Amino acid sequence: MAPIVRVNDLRKSYASGFEALKGVTLDIEEGEILALLGPNGAGKTTLISTICGITMPSSGTVTVGGNDILKDYRAARSMIGLVPQELSLEAFETVFNAVSFSRGLFGKSRNDALVTDILRQLGLLDKKDTKIMALSGGMKRRVLIAKALAHEPRILFLDEPTAGVDVELRKDMWAVVDRLRQDGVTIILTTHYIEEAEAMADRVAVIDKGQIMLVQDKDALMSHMGQKELIIQLDQPLVGDLPDALGKYGLEAIEEGARLRYVYDTKADRTGITALLNDLQLAGLQMVDMETRQSSLEEIFVGLVKGDAA
Amino acid sequence: MNYQAMRAIYIFEMSRFFRTYRQSFLAPVISTSLYFIVFGAAIGSRIDQVEGVSYGAFIVPGLIMLSVMTQATSNASFGIYFPKFTGSIYELLSAPINFLEATVGYVGAAASKALIIGAIIFATSFFFVDVQVMHPLAMVAFLILTCLSFSLLGFIIGIWAGNFEQLQIIPLLIITPLVFLGGSFYSTTMLPPFWQAVTLLNPVHYLISGFRWSFFEQADVPVGVSLLAIAAFTALCLGAIAWIFRTGWRIRS
Ligand SMILES: Nc1ncnc2c1ncn2[C@@H]1O[C@H](COP(=O)(O)OP(=O)(O)OP(=O)(O)O)[C@@H](O)[C@H]1O
Ligand SMILES: [Mg+2]
Repeated sequence: MAPIVRVNDLRKSYASGFEALKGVTLDIEEGEILALLGPNGAGKTTLISTICGITMPSSGTVTVGGNDILKDYRAARSMIGLVPQELSLEAFETVFNAVSFSRGLFGKSRNDALVTDILRQLGLLDKKDTKIMALSGGMKRRVLIAKALAHEPRILFLDEPTAGVDVELRKDMWAVVDRLRQDGVTIILTTHYIEEAEAMADRVAVIDKGQIMLVQDKDALMSHMGQKELIIQLDQPLVGDLPDALGKYGLEAIEEGARLRYVYDTKADRTGITALLNDLQLAGLQMVDMETRQSSLEEIFVGLVKGDAA
Repeated sequence: MNYQAMRAIYIFEMSRFFRTYRQSFLAPVISTSLYFIVFGAAIGSRIDQVEGVSYGAFIVPGLIMLSVMTQATSNASFGIYFPKFTGSIYELLSAPINFLEATVGYVGAAASKALIIGAIIFATSFFFVDVQVMHPLAMVAFLILTCLSFSLLGFIIGIWAGNFEQLQIIPLLIITPLVFLGGSFYSTTMLPPFWQAVTLLNPVHYLISGFRWSFFEQADVPVGVSLLAIAAFTALCLGAIAWIFRTGWRIRS
C-alpha cells in the first residue's frame, strides 16, 4: 500500500531567509503512529505546518492520500486533523460551538451527537457550554484535540499534545489515541517526553536542524542502536580498586562495590561478555547474579543529536 | 464549493455579534440619536432647507452611510484580524476552503451586521424626522452594495494589519474624513467651485449622493455614475482579496 503521507525533498525558507527544512524526505504509512522527535527549533512544527497548509513550501512536494497539498489541497486537507503546539483558540466562544465550527469548516454537515461524543471522550462534556476563556490550560488543550477530531480525519497531527498536561489528562489522551489507532487513523506526534514516544509509537523519526537524522521502527531502533548494560552482582563487595586485568572493560563499580556495571553495544561484532566473564573468574571475583538492561529511547536520542553536533 | 464552511464561518461570526448585542445595537442607536439632536434639532432649526428637503431629513441618508461604512469596515477587519492575533487562524489556513469561501463567510457576516445597523438607524430616524423614500429598491441596493464593498475593504485591512493601531488607523484617518467630506451632512453644491471639484475625487461622495438620490431624487452627481463608482470599488476590493489569497500575503508565511 502506498504511504498515506509522502514528503519528498521538502525545503522551507522563512521570509527572514532562515532555512528551517533542508530537504526532508519522509513516508508515513497508513494506520501507524509516528513519533517525530527533535530538539527545540529542529523544524518539527514547520514540517507539520507545511503538510497541513499553514506555511508554504519553498520547494519539494508533499502528497496526502495521493493528493498534492498544493494542487489538490481540498482533498489533501480534508483528510487531516491538526492539534497545534500553541493554545490558539477563540476565547469568547463556547466549547461546543467551537468544536462544531471546526466540523463545518472542513465541509462536514452538523452532527451534534458526534461532537457530544468527542467531548465525552475527552472529558469535556460538563464544560460544553463554558466559554473557552474560562478553561484551564489543560482543558484548552483538550478543546484543540476535540476540534481536530470533529471532522473525523484519517490523519491526525499532534504537535506536543502533552506539553503542560497533567498525568490524568495524559492517560485520557493516550486512551483516545489508542482508540483512533484501532479505527485506523494515522497519527503523527511530536513530544519532548521520550517515554511517551517509546510507549506509543510504531516508528520514530528524529529531526535536527531541518534534516531527518533517522527514521526507524521503534523496536528495531531500540535493539539495534541501543546500548545494553550488564550488571554483575558479586558475592562480596569489591574492596579497593578493580584488578588490572579487568581494566580494558571499562567496568564501573556501583553500590559500594556490590555490583559491577559493564556497558556494551549490541551492534558490535562481539559484545565482549564471554571474555569479561572469563577474566572475572581469573581475577578471583565470584558472581552470584547478573542482569541486562536496555537503554531507553531517550538515551539513544540524546546520543544521536549530540553526535551530530560534535 | 465548501458550502458548509461558508455557513460555519458566517454563523460563527454572526454569533459574535449577537453575543454582544448591547454594544452591537445600542451604540449605533445612541450615537445616531445624538447626531439628530445636535445636527437635526440644534443646527437644523437654523438651517431651513437643503434643496427642498428639511435639514433633519436631509442628513438621514448621510448618517446611515456614515455608520454603515464604519461598521462594515471595523466588523470585517476585526473578524479576520482577531484569529490572526490569537493564532486561531491556523484552522482556517489548514481547512479545505478557498479564498472565495472564506471571503463569503467573513465579509457576508460583516456586511450583514452593517446592514442590520443601517436598518436600526433608519428606524431610529423616524423618531426624529419625517423621511420619505422615493426609490426604496435603489435605496436597498445602494445600502447592500455599500455594506459589501466596505466589508471587503475592512477584510483587506484586517489581513494587512500587524497590530491594533494599524487596524484602527485606516478607518480613522481615511474613511471617517472621506465620509464627512463626502457630503454626509451637506450638499456639495453648497461648496465653492474649487472644493466641489476636489469632492469629485472622493469616492465616498458618489455613494452618499446616490444613496440620497434614492430618498429625495436629489443628487450631487448622476445616479448612474454613483452606481458605476461603487461597482468599480467592489471589483477593486475583490481583486485585491483574490491576489492576497493566491499569494498568501500577510497570512501564510
Ligand atoms: N515564522 C517564522 N519565521 C522565521 N523563522 C521561523 C518561523 N517559524 C519558525 N522559525 C524558525 O524555524 C526553526 C524551526 O522552528 P520549529 O517551530 O519548526 O521548531 P520545532 O522543532 O517545532 O521546535 P519546538 O520543539 O521548540 O517546538 C527555528 O529555528 C525557528 O526559529
Ligand atoms: Mg514546535
